[in-house]
Amino acid sequence: MDLLRFITAGSVDDGKSTLIGRLLYDSKSIMIDQLAAIEKQSKNKDQGEIDLALLTDGLRAEREQGITIDVAYKYFSTPKRKFIIADAPGHIQYTRNMVTGASTADLAIILIDARNGVVEQTRRHSIITSLLNIPHVVVAINKMDLVDYSQDVYNNIVIDYAEVAKSLGLKDVTYIPLSAAFGDNIVERSPKLAWYEGAPLLQFLESVEVDKDINLADPRFPVQYVIRPQTEDLHDYRGYAGKVISGIYKKGDSITVLPSGRTSTISAIEHNGKEVEEVFAPQSAILHLEDDIDISRGDIIVKNDNLPKLTQELEVVLCWMDNKPLVTGNKYLLQINSKVVKSVIKEIEYKLDVNTLQKTEATSAALNDVIKVKIKTASPIPYDSYSDLRENGGAILIDETSHVTVGACMIQ
Amino acid sequence: MSKYSLDYLDHLESEAIHIFREVAGQFERPALLFSGGKDSITLVQLALKAFRPGKFPFPLVHIDTGHNFPEALQYRDELAKRLGEKLIVRNVGDTIKTKNLTEPKGKFASRNALQTFTLLDTIEEFKFDACIGGARRDEEKARAKERIFSVRDEFGQWDPKLQRPELWNTYNGKISKGENVRVFPISNWTELDVWNYIRREKIELPSIYFSHERDVIDHEGQLVAVSEFIKLDETDKVLRKNVRYRTVGDMTCTAAVESRADNIDDIISEITATKTSERGETRIDDKVSEAAMEDRKKNGYF
Repeated sequence: MDLLRFITAGSVDDGKSTLIGRLLYDSKSIMIDQLAAIEKQSKNKDQGEIDLALLTDGLRAEREQGITIDVAYKYFSTPKRKFIIADAPGHIQYTRNMVTGASTADLAIILIDARNGVVEQTRRHSIITSLLNIPHVVVAINKMDLVDYSQDVYNNIVIDYAEVAKSLGLKDVTYIPLSAAFGDNIVERSPKLAWYEGAPLLQFLESVEVDKDINLADPRFPVQYVIRPQTEDLHDYRGYAGKVISGIYKKGDSITVLPSGRTSTISAIEHNGKEVEEVFAPQSAILHLEDDIDISRGDIIVKNDNLPKLTQELEVVLCWMDNKPLVTGNKYLLQINSKVVKSVIKEIEYKLDVNTLQKTEATSAALNDVIKVKIKTASPIPYDSYSDLRENGGAILIDETSHVTVGACMIQ
Repeated sequence: MSKYSLDYLDHLESEAIHIFREVAGQFERPALLFSGGKDSITLVQLALKAFRPGKFPFPLVHIDTGHNFPEALQYRDELAKRLGEKLIVRNVGDTIKTKNLTEPKGKFASRNALQTFTLLDTIEEFKFDACIGGARRDEEKARAKERIFSVRDEFGQWDPKLQRPELWNTYNGKISKGENVRVFPISNWTELDVWNYIRREKIELPSIYFSHERDVIDHEGQLVAVSEFIKLDETDKVLRKNVRYRTVGDMTCTAAVESRADNIDDIISEITATKTSERGETRIDDKVSEAAMEDRKKNGYF
């Protein structure tokens, strides 16, 4: 049994919460007492039927306003897979929340209301999916019941969306017509959609291959913590604890520590308290080196024949996440994995309209804006292009005075 | 499957170890909040994997309400001793005395809410800047919204509307003076994941998790252990039943499940088949309002 993390993008109007509720309900992940609680609330709203959306909106403010504000994480499993859903809000004023949910997703479900087809929101969600480089996309064409389960309607939406996907370079796109409210094509194939030959949603989610999305080619090991027991029997023990974020490490590998550039050889690897011959992404491990070189938190151990980029000048696509605007020339802390450095926003190249992809000039950025910027760091940082290696190309900006996370950086 | 595929439990385990090491790397005075329940026992197992052969870079801290199951307390003391790790215990009873707090009244007078006072005092006493806890997002809908690194102000309050975005696996542990962070390494685990992990890792649990005979009363369908901490009414009938606990909290607010499952395989089968959620079946304190947990968290609760 493996693991799939996916994000659902859409608003309550598209039936997003109903879809999640349906997946949880039909996979028997909702318990009687939870159902009783939402039943009670549904009746409060005089809707006469169970409002599955109430399952996902966890905060009082969300239930009161009937909207999703923040990302909620939901869990269900089938005998084949464990699923983690990042249930993200769809409105433009919550773009940062969608970016947050998208950052760890293997797959995005983009919901389209069959009556409305591809709309501005669809484009925005697709643009964010592409910016965050989510490997797989499911276009869920929902509310098919309201268009008489029409194949023509479905076909036209597929044609429209294919253009969006092409312009954004989305690679793996799957279209599924369904009705979340009635459960058509969610768990079982629906006879009303007999013309559709693909798998129903849950079956597709169970089978989409995600192992291949893990990069095993470019070894990166950010050091989080140095283990030095300094006891009598472990006097010389010095283990570098961290997670293999990509690639494979073997005993005997020649390695380089960045940014210092010192080199050594892996003398031993520990995983789960045992010595092993190799470790691979995304395992946590402890590496030991033959030479006693200065390594501390924030350093990255890589292989000599596969070095990341190492510069102080970064080209970054940035989603701004703070209420206070970003101003050119301001300084922020930049954190990439375990490394934190001071940085300065040198120049805003352009602002990207997340509805249309149009680029405009800008000198500042407000909450939820996506901009292209040049950032200079106080010292060189080792990184990879986000589009090549998500694990070592995503960074956050932190306001030094409020300590809040203010920006999500996709390094180019 | 290629030899480089991982089971879902391996994914969850590695994620949790990574979070533990981020705490060790980013904070000066962290603590692991340990209750003797299965979730915090799982945390200890993960901490062993994150830091052995070194020592834990934090003490185990227990906020003892005085209403705990004796089996859980015994387990707590033995575990700390066996591991050679530091254990700090602070008692809610002491806080009630020194702060002149009012003991809750009623049939199941629960000190659950008063724990927050002792917790905040303990954080202040030891100047803890990060407290690691075993809360899971599947437990409750307010928890489903909380970050893995959750910043609290000096009153311990959670503001759900002012949460920091948490991207990729990058955790921002920067805080201002007076603030602290609650860290939840098993946020993404479900109840069943925890049980499956306990089985896989052969982790020992307090005996009350397994079927045993106990005197209980039936309170609105929930079985509550007869103890010195609850008041029996004349109408209460004391029943002798085979029960086990699905969660371990205070004796006043945790209900037992009727069961003959005396080993972990049987427990997992029962939980897989159950139709009631963990908190719904066993927590008497969650039903008070729709937003009971959200309100408690806003006031500094875990």
